[in-house]
Amino acid sequence: MGKFIIRRLLLLIPILLGLTVIIFLFIRLLPGDPASAILGERATPESLQRVREALGLDRPLFEQYWEYVSGVVRGDLGTSFLTNRDVVDDFLQRFPATVELSVAAMVFALSIGIPLGMLTAKRRGTWIDQVGTAVSLIGISIPIFFLGLMLKWLFAIQFPILPDSGRIDLIEYSIPRVTNLMTVDALLAGEWGGFMDALRHLILPGIALGTIPLAVVMRITRASVIDVLNEDYVRTANAKGLHSAVVDRRHVLRNAMLPVVTVIGLQTGLLLGGAILTETIFGWGGVGKWIYDAVLSSDYQVIQSGVLLLAFIFVLVNLIVDVSYAFLNPRIRYS
Amino acid sequence: MTSASTTIGSVREDRPVGLWTDALRRMRRSPAAIIGGTIIGVFVLVAIFAPFLAPYDPTRGNLAESYLPPSPQHWFGTNIQGQDVFSRIIFGSRLTLGIAVLSVSIGVGVGVFFGALAGYFRGWVDAVIMRAVDIMLSIPGLLFAIAVVTWLGRGVVQIAIAIAVVNIPIFARLLRSSLLGLRDADYVVAARSVGVRGPALLLRHMLPNAIGPLIVQATLALATAVVDAAALGFLGLGPPDPRTPEWGTMLSDTYRYLNQAIWLAFFPGIAIVVSVLGFNLLGDGMREALDPKLRR
Repeated sequence: MGKFIIRRLLLLIPILLGLTVIIFLFIRLLPGDPASAILGERATPESLQRVREALGLDRPLFEQYWEYVSGVVRGDLGTSFLTNRDVVDDFLQRFPATVELSVAAMVFALSIGIPLGMLTAKRRGTWIDQVGTAVSLIGISIPIFFLGLMLKWLFAIQFPILPDSGRIDLIEYSIPRVTNLMTVDALLAGEWGGFMDALRHLILPGIALGTIPLAVVMRITRASVIDVLNEDYVRTANAKGLHSAVVDRRHVLRNAMLPVVTVIGLQTGLLLGGAILTETIFGWGGVGKWIYDAVLSSDYQVIQSGVLLLAFIFVLVNLIVDVSYAFLNPRIRYS
Repeated sequence: MTSASTTIGSVREDRPVGLWTDALRRMRRSPAAIIGGTIIGVFVLVAIFAPFLAPYDPTRGNLAESYLPPSPQHWFGTNIQGQDVFSRIIFGSRLTLGIAVLSVSIGVGVGVFFGALAGYFRGWVDAVIMRAVDIMLSIPGLLFAIAVVTWLGRGVVQIAIAIAVVNIPIFARLLRSSLLGLRDADYVVAARSVGVRGPALLLRHMLPNAIGPLIVQATLALATAVVDAAALGFLGLGPPDPRTPEWGTMLSDTYRYLNQAIWLAFFPGIAIVVSVLGFNLLGDGMREALDPKLRR
């Protein structure tokens, strides 16, 4: 097990290096001059030259890459062209908000997707199954931004029962930022009302972001439960007179959950991409909104570094999922 | 397998059918494939005949008629420039379909090329290509597309390329794994043993048998491409000319006026959902028809 983890960690190195190469080359080799993109069309040749020198664009490609990568290794991803603030600092400050939103979306997806998947599998072929399958298909086909807009219109504008944007009512509650996870910070400050308010702010964006993972989790759970229901050990458990709820919990669900774990890892990439849309619609101050703002203002440094950092995180999450999969499944022992 | 129907007193009808005839026959029995196929058929027809179907010029606005709610004159209402939303959605289908088909074609073309190289040559070629695929897959799709569009600049072709880039590693990996599975298939061994080598073996014997999963994946990729194109438009990275009727851009134009003009967001959104649903249904139906493992 230890060896497996170490090997997986070592495998990370070429992937991370490759990521820097791809991102570096994209910016340098694609048509278009970053300097003129930064300064706009009316820049003078002199100022263009100055920016190129400042960015090191006049030096050999290999030298530029070396400088870039050694910066990355030191944790230096440069500063925003626009605000001149350190990119890594900005990222770390906003990232907890995205984590909080993603966790809310995943909780929503799992808490509904797993029971629904289980139910449709056990009622396979009935109208319940058909309705469930249809709903999951529609769930997969609704773009996050459309669902987000409709939720916002319905529950924040037409029937204003939930907040339409932000992470907490800033006028009502002033919470000292410790972790930048709003719910946790509110609890740390002993603000029960603030905690509830932060939760209420999570509902709509959480549903918008969590609906596609919900549909995916439901499909996978259904397929996986159907497989497990045909296993000998389930028949044995039923035959020896165990209560069906016990069989479901102890034998079916536990074994059927393994593929779902893998899906959680894969869905992380979707959550990180979807966060850009969700955070934009709901004015959520996470990395998604940050990257969106960078796109609007053509802040290449932020886009480039944001993509790199989110890809790092995606790779890490998948590593954690792989490792926990090995823990969960005694039939697979990586050597 | 083929359900060889045996009626009492008659001879068993056992004419062998090819994979494609068989798959088509299966798809005709699958409700998912029929509904999906119908939706996509209508979608394609709307795109082709857009100028005949749209009651108004999608780019010409009439400011005296801005923000009209749905009515018999303007079925889906009008937007802030007084453009007819119904006509814009109809013309938007051309753009959406065009971007989706172009991006998936590029993705399949480049992905198949590298996947075939990796699956055929193996060894270091395989190792290099697959590591590159791993790296590309480690960048969340939409994020990758956003980055590519901001670097390439805005435009329809750029959007298609950005979405294609996301698809390339998926198709490369898919084809490679199919080819690896086929390497020891009896007919490939047979072909090799009678001296078929190189490109002939790959193109004549292996690729045709690996194409089923590719077609399924391509159909599902069309669904993702429609969503991604609309998402880019929604984020303000759509076609540079603001008059272009693009579904995602239409949504983003209006989401600040949700409380006054919900129809501006509702109808383009429904257009996206229906076309995505169509491709997803069709893809699922095809998968059931083509995947031998799912056959009952």
